[in-house]
Amino acid sequence: MAVSESQFEDNRETESEDDIEARVGWRYTAARIKADTTARWGLYVVTVVLFVAIYAAIDSNLSLLTFGVLSDYTFARLLPIFDHPTYIPSPGEGTQHMPPYFPLAEQPWNPLPAGGTLEHPLGTDHTGRDYFTRIVYGTQVSVFVGIVSTFIGLTGGTVVGAVAGYYGGRVDDVLMRIVETVYAIPPLILIIVFTVFVGGANIWYAVLGVGIAFVPVFARIIRSRVLSVREMDYIEAARAAGVRDREIILRHVVPNSFAPVLVYATLQIGVTILIVAGLSFLGYGAQPPTPDWGQMLNIAHGYMHSNVWLSIWPGIAIMITIMGFNLFGDGLQDALDPRIDD
Amino acid sequence: MSSEPLLRVENLKTQFFTEAGTVRAVDGISFEVREGEIVGLVGESGAGKSVASMSIMGLVEAPGEIVGGEITYKGETIFGLEEGPDGELRKRDDALSDEEIRTRIRGNEIAVIFQDPMESLNPVFTVGGQLREFIELNRGLEADEARAEAIDMLREVGIPDPEERYEEYPHQFSGGMRQRVLIAMALACEPSLIIADEPTTALDVTVEGQILELVDELQSKYGTSFVWVTHDLGVVAEICDRVNVMYLGEIVEQAPVDELFYETKHPYTDALLDSIPRPDRTVTELEAIEGVMPEAIEPPSGCRFHPRCPDAREVCKRVHPETRVVADADGEPHRAACVKHDAFDVDYEGSPPLAGATRETGDGVAEGTASELAPNPADDGGEGRE
Repeated sequence: MAVSESQFEDNRETESEDDIEARVGWRYTAARIKADTTARWGLYVVTVVLFVAIYAAIDSNLSLLTFGVLSDYTFARLLPIFDHPTYIPSPGEGTQHMPPYFPLAEQPWNPLPAGGTLEHPLGTDHTGRDYFTRIVYGTQVSVFVGIVSTFIGLTGGTVVGAVAGYYGGRVDDVLMRIVETVYAIPPLILIIVFTVFVGGANIWYAVLGVGIAFVPVFARIIRSRVLSVREMDYIEAARAAGVRDREIILRHVVPNSFAPVLVYATLQIGVTILIVAGLSFLGYGAQPPTPDWGQMLNIAHGYMHSNVWLSIWPGIAIMITIMGFNLFGDGLQDALDPRIDD
Repeated sequence: MSSEPLLRVENLKTQFFTEAGTVRAVDGISFEVREGEIVGLVGESGAGKSVASMSIMGLVEAPGEIVGGEITYKGETIFGLEEGPDGELRKRDDALSDEEIRTRIRGNEIAVIFQDPMESLNPVFTVGGQLREFIELNRGLEADEARAEAIDMLREVGIPDPEERYEEYPHQFSGGMRQRVLIAMALACEPSLIIADEPTTALDVTVEGQILELVDELQSKYGTSFVWVTHDLGVVAEICDRVNVMYLGEIVEQAPVDELFYETKHPYTDALLDSIPRPDRTVTELEAIEGVMPEAIEPPSGCRFHPRCPDAREVCKRVHPETRVVADADGEPHRAACVKHDAFDVDYEGSPPLAGATRETGDGVAEGTASELAPNPADDGGEGRE
């Protein structure tokens, strides 16, 4: 046994040619996500949502998606399901251009809320704007807001947590007490107070506020990892080699403490989207005319009785997006955790 | 040989201020390392070997602190204390600043090889990348040159296909290979001194042999001095020129390697030698040292080894022996801290043996009647932190 072991010591233990056997690395993680149905669906949803968001940014008036593709099939209007008046006679004023959804329920002669038209698949909102277009743009706003505020929380939390954990002692005490103070305040209240304090309701302040509100969560996660990583010999070796602290934190401490934070960040994107939507709903986030889902819900809830679909569509959009990020985050967690075996 | 040694450590004291009390991990050790010499630092786990080596690098972390002594490297004081005007100890003006130690000494002049090769490389970067970064950092080379240099170093330490292995991650290397990488890293900046902190402890015996051979070979090629921290006297016999045996924060014996093995002067070293497993003896015949090393917060009075010492006598409980020259080995002093030698005039022979002492009386060496009784404060102690 000793002989064969000594032979192996000087030969390669792993063959790089045969990466299929590897149990670490990107390819392995990707393979595990693929094998996990939940994670795979999460990934699909996230991909679609991201695609829509990016598409909305590139094709700024959605010409292809709504008016191009769908209008090509205008013959479908001949089908009864789409046969639906977009021009509704108004008493005393001849004809008026009206949105298909909004007023319908108020018309006693139209008993059911009808479906959309090809021009307006989901109908229009109270001002006659295409609801589908606004939902699509809402994706862009929500995804952007979710990612940016999570990124702010992640960056801030990583810096605070890594510095606190690496230096320990008084630095740790001071930083973590501040973090815990922030942590103790309910996030929604903290963010609202913050936005009011820095200058009022604005989506950017809301994003920044959400980011700051989640610094403590990330700081605590990364600190707990750093506490074990900093005891590793390679940290000591780096110090013995004369590497400065800043570089040790950036190159050795953070990369080795990052995996749990990354997983948490994926889950956190869903949470931040929800919180920003909630803020917008309350009127502290996106302001009209920004097509934000939360803000759309805010307006739609006033028309709940006349047209419930105005509330349902943004709600579905929020639900799908958050579910996608959550499923993906869960799957990523399982894929990165070597103890969970499939 | 009488000229200034490469490294001189004088009366170094490192303590850890814990809630349970002050741990005197290193308690007044002195030794020197000359050019091109491998000096062993031997002792049980917890003797303070690692703390001593970290103190040399100035890498003792809170709650630990170097509270006394002087470390001179190439004639420069890298650590020294003096009493300030307010009576507090402060750093001497001629000592190098922390910044100077970091940029000039660490890595460039003194490098360290750590115990566990599995944990001494950052798992998220390639082996070559880490080696290259280290070379770039300490030698100010361009990335390309540093890369070439790194590959050369990998070849130098006997890694096959260094170009390919350069791109691999630490987990793709075996323990022995990783230790070779760490040696390459230590040698990369051609330091004058390498502190090897139990570098072969985590390796199996065959690989250990290969690493020792490699070190021997590279040592004669580069002329680098080593401080070799280990608990393995077999390794010491193989590689060291001179040896310091540590027990509970103190150096109890200091001698050239052959002298230490053939003319052992301290009962602790004796006991260590007896406890080495050997093929010609079964486990039951092995003479393990009785008991465990005491707590360094409150070390035993007198000689710290006396509760476990087979030669202990009544006087050992009272007299704390400092390290003295007890013999001469071809011009080299042989120092030991044991009162049974003539150099200590404390009536060892006339003192009754302690109850726990296992050896027959009468085989002591020293004789005398005088009373250099230096009662040792009971709280004097030290503990190693590995």
